[in-house]
Amino acid sequence: MSGRDNITNNIDWLTVILFMSIAVLGWLNIFAAVYDESANQSIFDMTLNSGRQLFFMASSIILIIAIMVVDFKFYDTFAYIIYGVVVFLLILVVFVAREISGANSWLEIGPLRLQPSEFAKFATALAVAKYMDSAGFRMDRLGKQIVLFIIIGVPAILIVAQGDTGTALVYSVFVLVFFREGMSPMLLILGVAAAIIFVLTLLVPNHLYLYIGIAATAAIIILFIKKRTIKKIAVVLAGALIIAGVIRSVDYVISDVLKPHQQNRIKALINPDADPLGYGWNVTQSKIAIGSGGFAGKGFLRGTQTKFDFVPEQSTDFIFCTIGEEHGWFGSLLTISLFVTLILRIIYISERQKWRFARVYGYSVACILFFHFAVNIGMTIGLFPVIGIPLPLFSYGGSSLWGFAILVFILLKLDSHRMQVLVR
Amino acid sequence: MDDTRKNIIQLIVIVVAATFLIKLFSIQVLDSKYAQAANSNIIHEVIEYPYRGLIYDRNGELIVFNTPQYNLTVIPKDVKKIDTTKFCELFQITRQEFIDKLETAKKFSYVQPSIFIKQLSNKDLAKVQDYLVDFQGFDIQARTTRSYASPVLANALGYVSEVSKRQLERDTIDYYRQGDYIGQSGIESFYEKQLRGKRGVHYVIKNVRGVEKGVFDGGKYDTLSVPGQNLVSTIDLTLQEYGESLLAGKSGSIVAIEPSSGEILSLVSGPSYDPNLLTGKDYSQNFSLISADTAKPLFNRPLMAQYRPGSIFKIIQALVALQEGVINRQTYIPCIMVPMKCHYHGPGETLIGAITNSCNPYFYNVMKRVVNRGVSESPFEDTRLGLEGWNQHVRSFGLGSPLGIDLPNEKTGLVPSVAYYDKAYDNRPWKYSNIYSIAIGEGENLVVPIQMANFAAIVANRGYYYIPHLVKSIGDSGQPLPQYTEKHFTTVDSKYFDIAVEAMANVVESGTGQYRAKLKDIEVCGKTGTVQNDPMPDHSVFIAFAPKDNPKIAVSVYVEDAGQGARAAASIASLMIEKYLLGGTERPHIEEYVKKGEFLH
Repeated sequence: MSGRDNITNNIDWLTVILFMSIAVLGWLNIFAAVYDESANQSIFDMTLNSGRQLFFMASSIILIIAIMVVDFKFYDTFAYIIYGVVVFLLILVVFVAREISGANSWLEIGPLRLQPSEFAKFATALAVAKYMDSAGFRMDRLGKQIVLFIIIGVPAILIVAQGDTGTALVYSVFVLVFFREGMSPMLLILGVAAAIIFVLTLLVPNHLYLYIGIAATAAIIILFIKKRTIKKIAVVLAGALIIAGVIRSVDYVISDVLKPHQQNRIKALINPDADPLGYGWNVTQSKIAIGSGGFAGKGFLRGTQTKFDFVPEQSTDFIFCTIGEEHGWFGSLLTISLFVTLILRIIYISERQKWRFARVYGYSVACILFFHFAVNIGMTIGLFPVIGIPLPLFSYGGSSLWGFAILVFILLKLDSHRMQVLVR
Repeated sequence: MDDTRKNIIQLIVIVVAATFLIKLFSIQVLDSKYAQAANSNIIHEVIEYPYRGLIYDRNGELIVFNTPQYNLTVIPKDVKKIDTTKFCELFQITRQEFIDKLETAKKFSYVQPSIFIKQLSNKDLAKVQDYLVDFQGFDIQARTTRSYASPVLANALGYVSEVSKRQLERDTIDYYRQGDYIGQSGIESFYEKQLRGKRGVHYVIKNVRGVEKGVFDGGKYDTLSVPGQNLVSTIDLTLQEYGESLLAGKSGSIVAIEPSSGEILSLVSGPSYDPNLLTGKDYSQNFSLISADTAKPLFNRPLMAQYRPGSIFKIIQALVALQEGVINRQTYIPCIMVPMKCHYHGPGETLIGAITNSCNPYFYNVMKRVVNRGVSESPFEDTRLGLEGWNQHVRSFGLGSPLGIDLPNEKTGLVPSVAYYDKAYDNRPWKYSNIYSIAIGEGENLVVPIQMANFAAIVANRGYYYIPHLVKSIGDSGQPLPQYTEKHFTTVDSKYFDIAVEAMANVVESGTGQYRAKLKDIEVCGKTGTVQNDPMPDHSVFIAFAPKDNPKIAVSVYVEDAGQGARAAASIASLMIEKYLLGGTERPHIEEYVKKGEFLH
């Protein structure tokens, strides 16, 4: 049995099909988003985003083949080096980048324009996987946890420095991976609770109710703990104090940490109708476009809101509007189902890995995809603040498509060799 | 490791996806708000205003027409990044005005156009047109405004202005919208439905920058505007202009009617105003000036001024008495100056002489015979019965209630009735001796100039009339409104009118009207009236028709504070007749006398 046969036999074709389907649907919708009836352009027109996206799709097949022919041990062996190179590129970007729409995240190499932050995701995933697979790693050690947070923190901070807070936020999703690998759920719960209380603070003018609510919740949790030890009670109280601290910090975070456009995005989430022509414009128009689709949608290329440019960033961050408008709820259902199936499939693949490196990497892929999916669609329908991250495989953009292709196909490469791995 | 953590992560994925699908279902399927918002994003309503109907005079001359005018409109949603300083400089408004106007427009609608600056002149338009591209959200909307060929007939034509808030509220069928024009008075108001036409609307699709991208849904919902119907007025513009020139500087009215049809040939109200003042840009400013004028140029005297009929009423008294058979043309009554005084004319008169010389005691007795017939023993009851019958007769001459002319705000006048005196005397008994001043057209009687002109037409027609009207043809129909083609007969037989005609001919031939109303080639029939107006000078009144046989014109003239009817009013009436029948006067000294306006000396 030759190496190549081995790959084609063992590759998870379901994932490949899901991946390709989403990319093709994305490509069609990119065309719909930029389509101009009067211009009589073809979907292959290289002056259009759709033509260029097709080129990105073709080139990512070459990338995929390359990933597949490299020895699977390469990714394990070179994980830190790849991570190091990407971190170097991120630093480089901070100094020599070209500014595009407020963020300095682009690196120009001849005719090629790359966004290193898109490649930092798989590199970080590899590094995290490698570190967690290392001998003597134990999730419950604080020291090890700190190292993990440094691994995900360094690229995140560098990306924030580039001005692309949205992409940096993606790294927070590694917490889910750590949780899967045995980290105490406390951090996860605290994180979610802090996020909820943050939004509630903005919604409820009288903060006293929030303090009472936190106190009540803490009391109930203490009551329901089976074995009440001092330590457990202390943990709950500390958690409650931290959450209460979030309330105190909201004003400070909103007005001093966030930039004005970020403040507005949060305001738009709370009340988009307050200024529908100003900061509420994106969310309002995005909801109008999606909401006007009805059950079955207006039909391919027949959306008016995207076609007439009411929706901003329609082929990139707001590509979901085209689905919602032209294909209605049914199209949205189909799209969301494809993503959920892909994510669950990747979780399934991860779970069948005996090698911790592959499993951690697989979870990282699933969680990164999930974060992009959740935040992107959530923002278009007004459930999340507008954070400029693409819908994976769907949004227009070469770096993004290549980044996700690498992310997914390294996993498929590792998966195809899962039988050859000796469990440590 | 057990599956719990894996399951939790999977659950999070599924819960998030399910939340999205529920939210999507609610905004896409359950809530139609977004679909509407999407439509209002792209669909823009373009209103095509209809041409308001034109108004011609009876000879086909244009009286009222439309001239184009340009409004600057704004769609607040589309106003982005404009150079306010440049804008204000160009349109000569202050920055504060700019802000206020934009705020008002926003209150009306974010996405619909509303008028920003009204009625730019052609000159202004030429100046700003090239700069408009720099002012996104602003556009020029062409409308038409009313124009008048001649500065006459203002009160009859009325004026057109923007529909008021109150009118909008009362417009239950939602025909009008803010900014629409509506006839506010005169013909413009009465024939509003015929004149206004129908607004057309088309829907165009625009992208986010306001660039037109075609018609909505293939123009399925578009409607064309339908122009209003043209009206042919009964007015003779030349006669009207002449009448206004005669009445210039005086207070009063001239009404001329074609007796055979009830068509109003001219309707002069003095003082008046130039109708061109109440149109276009300076409408509001001029309107407040005109309505504040103490001479009341907006008061349409031919329809709204109420006077005592004076001596003219004696003809009606004679006709009623003849019909009742209480007198005949030979009835002689001595002029004994009791209980009413009379001017010197002779010891007594028969009927025609009494009319010609306007004998007061004669008609005191005539009405007494009509009212007190001895039907009842009680003089009180007898008078009541008699007055009831008298009232019916007088009302059949179109007095005491609005005639129903095609103009708003017509006054009724007053023909005293039994109920009227019961109320006036607070139900205490009254008899003829209490009310006899109405016998000679004084007392409680009230008439409106148009009613008197109509009365002249009744005598000219020997007993019937058509309701006087100003429009003889609506649109292509060639017909007036149906009520104006209906003959109305008085309760007096036609044969008695010959006596009235003869008497009125005599008035001009040899009576009070002989000096100023008599014409060389036309036999004019008329009657003077002098309406007491203490402490001011009397009002001068004259009614007439001509020629005596087959009359072509009936006239009533009121000149306020101008003394005897034989002077100002008789002169004007005869000049109007000459103008209409001969095209001009053969008596320049009379014309000069009228224009000079010194009637009291």
